[in-house]
Amino acid sequence: MADLTTNFAGIRCPNPFWLASAPPTNCGEQIMRAFDAGWGGAVWKTIGEPITNVSSRYSSVDWAGQRMMGLNNIELISDRPIEVNLREIAEVKKRYPKQAVIASLMVESKRETWHDIVKRAEDAGADGLELNFGCPHGMSERGMGSAVGQVPEYAQMITEWVKEAARTPVLVKLTPNITDIRTVARAAKRAGADGLSAINTINSITGIDLDTFAPRPIVDGKSSHGGYCGPAVKPIALNMIQQVNADHVDGAPIPMSGIGGVGNWRDAVEFFLLGCGTVQVCTAAMHYGYRIVEDMIDGLSNWMDAKGFATIEDFRGLSLPRVTEWKHLNLNYRIVASINEALCIGCQLCHIACWDGAHQCIHLDRVSGPVDGHVEVHAKPQLTGRESIAVTPIAKLDGAKAHVGPYATSLERIPRVDETECVGCNLCSLVCPVDGCITMVERPTGKAAETWAERAGEEYKAPDVAG
Amino acid sequence: MNGTSVGHPEIAARFPDLHPPLDARAAVVEANRCLNCFDAPCMGACPTHIDVPGFIKKIASGNVTGSARTILEANVLGASCSRVCPVEVLCEGTCVMHGREERAIEIGRLQRFAMETYYAAGGKIPLRGRDERKERVACIGAGPASLACAAELRQQGFQVTVMDRRPLTGGLNTYGVAEYKLRAEDSLREAEQIRELGVRFETREIDGGVLSQLEREYDAVFLGVGLGAMQRLEVEGAAFAASAVLDALEFIAGYKTGERVSVASRVVVIGAGNTAIDAAVAAKRLGADEVTILYRRQREHISAFDFEYEHALKEGVRFEWETLPTRLETRETGIALACAEVAMSVDGRLRPVEGSEFTIECDVIIPAIGQSPLVELLQQARGVKLEKGRVVVDRRTGQTTNPKFFAGGDCVNGGREVVDAVADGKRAALGIAAWLEAKHG
Repeated sequence: MADLTTNFAGIRCPNPFWLASAPPTNCGEQIMRAFDAGWGGAVWKTIGEPITNVSSRYSSVDWAGQRMMGLNNIELISDRPIEVNLREIAEVKKRYPKQAVIASLMVESKRETWHDIVKRAEDAGADGLELNFGCPHGMSERGMGSAVGQVPEYAQMITEWVKEAARTPVLVKLTPNITDIRTVARAAKRAGADGLSAINTINSITGIDLDTFAPRPIVDGKSSHGGYCGPAVKPIALNMIQQVNADHVDGAPIPMSGIGGVGNWRDAVEFFLLGCGTVQVCTAAMHYGYRIVEDMIDGLSNWMDAKGFATIEDFRGLSLPRVTEWKHLNLNYRIVASINEALCIGCQLCHIACWDGAHQCIHLDRVSGPVDGHVEVHAKPQLTGRESIAVTPIAKLDGAKAHVGPYATSLERIPRVDETECVGCNLCSLVCPVDGCITMVERPTGKAAETWAERAGEEYKAPDVAG
Repeated sequence: MNGTSVGHPEIAARFPDLHPPLDARAAVVEANRCLNCFDAPCMGACPTHIDVPGFIKKIASGNVTGSARTILEANVLGASCSRVCPVEVLCEGTCVMHGREERAIEIGRLQRFAMETYYAAGGKIPLRGRDERKERVACIGAGPASLACAAELRQQGFQVTVMDRRPLTGGLNTYGVAEYKLRAEDSLREAEQIRELGVRFETREIDGGVLSQLEREYDAVFLGVGLGAMQRLEVEGAAFAASAVLDALEFIAGYKTGERVSVASRVVVIGAGNTAIDAAVAAKRLGADEVTILYRRQREHISAFDFEYEHALKEGVRFEWETLPTRLETRETGIALACAEVAMSVDGRLRPVEGSEFTIECDVIIPAIGQSPLVELLQQARGVKLEKGRVVVDRRTGQTTNPKFFAGGDCVNGGREVVDAVADGKRAALGIAAWLEAKHG
């Protein structure tokens, strides 16, 4: 049985699943219910001078009938008095000593103010502190949140102030709304931060009402830039986290709590493989409630058992060395698409995708006779269905429909890959709606591995962008 | 038969929608399931070749107007076809989802959603930009074949008149389709859309004289006359019980136009085609206690679609297989229908099994053993060749052996589906237009 207990930068918790600082961690009552559901930790909704929120606050992107592929919010930090939040932290810690409670903090950029809030949060019993340098809306207009996180010098300065007062681990939450996220991560390292969390939400306008022309979420006919999160942002989060976790400038990487589109244990494993020690979840909990953590724990544990990993440390960061610069990829590695005729359902999406979106090498010529070679000799994609005269079949009169070939799908509908033209781009296998029908198979080139860096040799130099 | 009772409340109550319509949200969910196949098999299987993935993805994007127009571009009777098509053996039968062991996309219900939403919002069959043409075309019969032919020709600017002996337009769509699939009112409303394109409608008896006159006066004539009356029951005693023997199509037309709102308690339907099923189910819905279908062969030989057979079972219709009616006697309490079991003899013919005779007590007998072709009428169309009672045409143009006559629908194909008639009618319209173009320029 896998051991999920976690020690993240000195913060101990029964499992690596934390709720991110967000509406699901707004108050003690919620967090206690979350801990009952199984969450290992919670980052309290950012504490600071109470603000006034607007209504409405959220908007989302639905995709192909699925709700909330991406979620956007313009809600600010906690609207509750600081003392209420701190009192509830104390109560939660008293009742749930094993689970981690991290206080997310954001106050105006004054040394004494930061010292004061750090002390009060720790006195209340917080196990760690997370500095909210990422909030992209509202607070940034007041010189806080991402206004700090976008300027490495500010982030470093405030982190240093916090470290002067802090007795618990200090995490710096990074904003993705910056050209190179590593610059702020380095600033945090220079300031002595104990860990990082990333990414905060991404500036977004999720959509516009086509009747009123108002962008969403609509506040009395207007909207504002919000923060985007949910499944849609996971690839962006993974990319930025990899960049930070592989960066050795200004010191070795420090512990990273991964955030951005984590909705299940599979997502979490990906963040761990890129070096994260915990993950933080918000959108999925906002969508389905705290109960989602049950499968996160169960699924992760079962996967680790199946793979033979006893602890998260056993596989944490294993994918980091697999990410490299393009110039170090093997130019002599070749794969081609292979269609499993027995699985093909004849939708022809690979055919049209290859012709219109890729390299014109998937043809419908199994019956008319394949001709390998250049695309010019092949029939271009055409809709043949309209040319026929079709009638409602009457079995007695019409007999069975002509079916060509030994497969469930008639041969004229099963596309064929011309391997002489296939570049191995993957597109067909991505659009194919049947699992395992199109696979990419290696066709050894017989050539030794060679990268662009090697091929260009001495002549190759990265252009000097600074110059 | 007058048409004033279409939509009779008693009938509306007894024949509610067999399949509920999709609501807007469900339609989008279903539309999103569609894989958007290239050269989609559903489009090829549809006799009118509706761009199925095209109209479905327009539903998904919220472009219902465009979706309905995509349907109408291929099939001007897209609304009624969405209700009456046997989609299980057409578009949905070829859906690639079957290959994934998933249920087919509900193309019929999606099409209905698009069409009904469009018409409910006041949508019309779109007019094409066109110049008026002086050539006149007569379309004989006001059923689906003629309506499709007339609409296409009118959209191309021709002067079109549709003629039918019956007062209501729509042919079998109005008079013959089970009311729980398509209400007569909806069929009439669809024909009204075609009238609004500028197609003229006339009620007139068609005979040999009229055919000759039309050939003289019009530039082309389309024969969409369908089939004639149901074949008569040739059983001893049938002539003496004529009032208890009902023509299946007349029976169906009777309730659809509100002339009949009930039926006697015990009904026997003879035959197991789709019309027989419609009549049997209708008898149940009209209050019959016992409805029995007699069929001379076995279950696997019936010409009704499987889903129609299943439906009849659900409605409580009883089937007597390998049974032939042999004699009919009128009694005080109804009719005694003498029957015999039959078996295939060595010469391949069905013969009564000796000693197997039994009697079914009933009140009404509805033979539904196929419609007769209108041979007598069609023979009077000069130079139009018939084969086995069917008009011989060039499949691509619908042109008959008299170049001025074109034909389509049941009188050509022997009796198929509404959508086949629509496809025939449209092909003939294109054939007529091309022929007139070549002739007159």
